Amino acid sequence: MASQAFEDIVDDFEFIDDWEDRYRYVIELGKAMDDMDDALKVEANKVHGCASQVWLHITKSDDQFSFIGDSDAMIVKGLIAVLQKLYNGLAISDARGVNALEELGRLGLNDHLSAQRSNGLRSMIERITASVA
Amino acid sequence: MFDVNATRKDFPILSRTVNGKPLVYLDNGASSQKPQVVIDAVTKAYAEEYANVHRGLHFLSNLATEKYESVRGIVAKFLGARDEDEIVLNSGTTEGINMVAYGWAMENMSAGDEIVLSVMEHHANIVPWHFLRERCGVVLKWVDVDHHGNLDPQAVIDAIGPKTRLVAVTHMSNVLGTRVDVKAITKGAHAQGVPVLVDGSQGAVHAPVNVDDIGCDFYAITGHKLCGPSGSGAIFVKKERMAEMRPFIGGGDMIKEVHKDHVIYNDAPMKFEAGTPGIVQTIGFGVALDYLMTLGMDKIAAYEDQLTKEAAQKLGALNFLHLQGQPNDKGAIFSFTLDGAGHAHDISTILDKRGIAVRAGQHCAGPLMDHMGITASCRASFAFYNTSQEIDALVDALHLAHDLLG
Repeated sequence: MASQAFEDIVDDFEFIDDWEDRYRYVIELGKAMDDMDDALKVEANKVHGCASQVWLHITKSDDQFSFIGDSDAMIVKGLIAVLQKLYNGLAISDARGVNALEELGRLGLNDHLSAQRSNGLRSMIERITASVA
Repeated sequence: MFDVNATRKDFPILSRTVNGKPLVYLDNGASSQKPQVVIDAVTKAYAEEYANVHRGLHFLSNLATEKYESVRGIVAKFLGARDEDEIVLNSGTTEGINMVAYGWAMENMSAGDEIVLSVMEHHANIVPWHFLRERCGVVLKWVDVDHHGNLDPQAVIDAIGPKTRLVAVTHMSNVLGTRVDVKAITKGAHAQGVPVLVDGSQGAVHAPVNVDDIGCDFYAITGHKLCGPSGSGAIFVKKERMAEMRPFIGGGDMIKEVHKDHVIYNDAPMKFEAGTPGIVQTIGFGVALDYLMTLGMDKIAAYEDQLTKEAAQKLGALNFLHLQGQPNDKGAIFSFTLDGAGHAHDISTILDKRGIAVRAGQHCAGPLMDHMGITASCRASFAFYNTSQEIDALVDALHLAHDLLG
């Protein structure tokens, strides 16, 4: 079960047919995301398996799951923002129940879900699911 | 006159679409596409002519051996080598340079001896020498390029000292497209008694090569960049160097006799080709080289020069694009980044949606990227089957990338 913020994106995407505008939307989400403190860009937060640099800093408190992240690639940063919408604010038990690949598939961002390892979306999702397991 | 539209018809893949757009294949520096004659030759070799080579006395083994061995002569002709026995068939440049590192350099170098190389070498012409640094204490001496990406041959020659045993240099940068005057380098190196290895992975693709004229000791090429199958390639090794070289990989085919206490190797170049080789790949490689020679490498070079000039002018006109390297003598390879925060992977993702294939990343050239102070770039690398319209498609898509990422 995804968060309402993610459902809002799904709704928006229904009105955007053009891939260029979908990319524009995802990139804008990334730009709007809160900056990640450089002090958090440490090896422990680095997600490997991405061709660009990706960091995720996950926090779990009062049973609430959330993370912040950053990447030097704008599309990847936008995908981090989409994942934030999908997960942030969920109870850990709810976060555990999210099927991220299936949810992102609803956005038609299928290129990024394919076997292509280089964009690292799968690695990011693995990092998140491992932390709530 | 070179007819690009007729030539494109030889390559079935060029008529496909990608993401709903006509494919614009600009990743030729990584690997070239294959003409129908090569695809047919591979199919025919498996369907009608296949058996192991150099072994059986039966009909098919003889046929496959004849086909395979004929490629040695084709490569010699392609490279302008005088004697086909100076050609070792292999899986590509990486294997060729590793063979020289283990078989020749390790035999002829000791701790403190130097190898001179340029900062714009591909990792295939760096990592094998690092192996020697790690294992034998060989010293790597680097020669910089200037800020336009030119490599001054004299700077390479000047880097040669009394302990230098080899110069290993590319014929053309896979990132900047810089063409290197390997003839001048060889002349200067030989004057000091130092052999020269040329990485011809890119150089041999874009212009005629004549190793006799260059005078180099080793010249390595890769089949899959020359319209041949992946896993094919060759290296030219001058007779004198071949005599100094020990086999690098041991196994079947490279021996005359094997006993419990000694082995007798096959004659060169066979002793450098152990085990069952890429038989069909090599047969396809020969057909690819014949295809290129029929088109005419001089005609290919002239057409590509025209394409390069046009691309340089059209890409140079984009004020949001940063082209890496504007060397005086440049082949059809362009690396670039964009103004703003767009990463090379962002750019290539957007170009891909437009059906345009480029490479993004480090291009297996870490020292050059360090030298240029960037972590990644996009690379559009052209072949003789690319067109002026494809340059326009690239420019158009770059405008979009700038719009989305800027």
